[in-house]
Amino acid sequence: MTKQQHMPEIYGKYPKKDASCLIDLLQDVQEQFGYLPDSEMQQVAKHVDIPVSRVYGVATFYNQFRFQPLGKYVIKVCRGTACHVQGSLGILTTLENELGIKAGQTTKDLMFTIETVACIGACSIAPVIAINDEFHGGLTTKSLQKLLRGYQKRSAKDEVTA
Amino acid sequence: MNITLNGHTCWAKPGETILDVSRREGVNIPTLCHMSDFSPTGSCRLCTVEVENAGSLVPACAYPVHEGMEVRTNSPRVRRARKTIIELLIANHPQDCLFCVRSGNCELQKLTQEYGVRTHRYEGERRRARIDIASPAIERDPEKCILCGRCVRVCHEVQHVGAIDFVHRGFKSAVAPALERSLNTVPCVDCGQCVVNCPVGALTEKSNQKPVWEAINDPERFVVVQVAPAVRVALGEEFGAEPGTVVTGKTVAALRRLGFDRVFDTNFSADLTIIEEANELLGRLKNEGVTPMLTSCSPGWVKFIEHYYPDLLGNLSSCKSPHEMQGALLKSYYAQKIGVDPSRMYVVSVMPCTAKKYEAQRPELGGAYADVDAVITTRELARMIRVAGIDFFKLPNEGFDDPLGESTGAGAIFGAAGGVMEAALRTAHFYLTGSDMKSLTFAPIRGLDGVKQADVRIGDFTLKVAAVSGLKNIKSLLDDMRDGTSPFHFIEVMACPGGCVNGGGQPLPTTPEKVRLRTESIYQIDRESPRRCSHRNESVQKLYAEFLGEPNGHTAHELLHTHYVARDEF
Repeated sequence: MTKQQHMPEIYGKYPKKDASCLIDLLQDVQEQFGYLPDSEMQQVAKHVDIPVSRVYGVATFYNQFRFQPLGKYVIKVCRGTACHVQGSLGILTTLENELGIKAGQTTKDLMFTIETVACIGACSIAPVIAINDEFHGGLTTKSLQKLLRGYQKRSAKDEVTA
Repeated sequence: MNITLNGHTCWAKPGETILDVSRREGVNIPTLCHMSDFSPTGSCRLCTVEVENAGSLVPACAYPVHEGMEVRTNSPRVRRARKTIIELLIANHPQDCLFCVRSGNCELQKLTQEYGVRTHRYEGERRRARIDIASPAIERDPEKCILCGRCVRVCHEVQHVGAIDFVHRGFKSAVAPALERSLNTVPCVDCGQCVVNCPVGALTEKSNQKPVWEAINDPERFVVVQVAPAVRVALGEEFGAEPGTVVTGKTVAALRRLGFDRVFDTNFSADLTIIEEANELLGRLKNEGVTPMLTSCSPGWVKFIEHYYPDLLGNLSSCKSPHEMQGALLKSYYAQKIGVDPSRMYVVSVMPCTAKKYEAQRPELGGAYADVDAVITTRELARMIRVAGIDFFKLPNEGFDDPLGESTGAGAIFGAAGGVMEAALRTAHFYLTGSDMKSLTFAPIRGLDGVKQADVRIGDFTLKVAAVSGLKNIKSLLDDMRDGTSPFHFIEVMACPGGCVNGGGQPLPTTPEKVRLRTESIYQIDRESPRRCSHRNESVQKLYAEFLGEPNGHTAHELLHTHYVARDEF
């Protein structure tokens, strides 16, 4: 089933020309696509009958909305106090340098996304990151690079098999 | 009710704001985000005043008056607060006033001077953003933006275009086109109402001064200039004259001294437009063609209907806008007449408009050569006059060159909303009855109202007409047309509220009062014209006899008419 075929289900739930359902609609779109594609924001604008500029303005106001697709591996870097004291800024910088993207961005090959979180709730193993739902604690620059290599190899293998 | 304003008792109406009352009383309260006739947003906080027992300072633009209220607009606390607000605004502002196009009439710069800000008190991170120069009409410099939101409101609430809006939040807040694209890739109509409402230099016209100077200085080029009707009632403001001062003769003299080889009048081709448009209208009515016919002189409006109502493009008159007609004739009829190779000819239009800049580069407007090579606004012309060291008010009054310089009062009123309609009616009456109407004035379609309608009796036919300005106002009429319930035969549409006198290229700042005075002067030019009907323009008559043949004929169609493009809504 293509993504296009899902659309009537999303839009059918909301009355036309009613901007009060804008955020619910955007949330549904994001759930469907993983982010808010430009083309869908245009569709939303048509549906609720407001300019695209306003849809985009509302969407960018909230942190919950993404404008790029998520990578296959979402790396959450904890920037809470305990992790900060244990050098999480260095961890984040290393990640950004290794992957060539900034926090909040996704690599061009759609494999990795870096996000920062205020506290992941695992202070005892600071500095900690989570890759999808796997936690990796007590990281150093070296161990992080090794860990990343592993994931990069996995992603390369995935591509071959796919 | 009574309130006390700085110790003086004064009268106030319930529901008024402190700002309303103080402005009436002659007490100046500074504002940046305030727009008259709009509900307040209170976002800039500059109108902050002290109200007895209110605790904190309150924004005068949004705070309603109440009986016995004691207001202080000029206390040390108020002055200190306002100065701090200004200091915080400029802390996140490029402070490159030396190079800024708005230097000298920037509202922020003026306040900085008024409040005696002499030092750079707050230093911190500044917002960084790229200048958007991709649009052929409007440039945006987001770093200069103070987020007052006036451009956003006029774009959404007056024009119903909504090309720009606020994006992100907090320190990252900005005004940007939809999806943060360039202005040329979103359905902006280039009307420039954002530019005339911007208090600072964040929004400006795309300047064409450089190519125009280059053309003037190129001995190989034969450079011809034409001036729109609304420029001559506004240009004087740039040199300190009262708003509405008519400076036609001095404008012509200044253009000659700038080095233009010929100075012509767009009013000439406005008269020509009327001949073509009136004939087109009568043809549509006679042959049961598509009606209501919509005027096509306003390029902002034309782009609007192309984006938002492309199914109604058949209703749009096929007439090019006047300056494009003039350009087409200059590079054919006139070039032939004086023996100049049209490839050497460079046509410059001085317009009150930013959308004309976009229009001029439409590929369909021109044959082997573009009809018009460059468009400059009233403001840009003033800058050229200044840099050339011309003392504007010491110039003699001079007349336009012949033959594309002759015009009637009907051509002049194109500059005011309702004017195209009025001019067309004068000529349609003549075509239908063979005589001019007794009174040439149509009061119901004059004035600054957004929608004006009238039933005009011509012979035994009643023509139902409307004149609309401000794009928001046209929407319901277009929706009626879609439903097939529109009662009208002919509708004039001007993108800018009040028409070209309030165009996006006019001197800044534009106020409703200035627009009113410019409009009055437009009608004064008409009143004082020896001829007031387009079909009485002898040069136009001669043009048909010598060159064009019949109105709406083959040559006329080739040179004076155009077609439109359905564009995406986004």
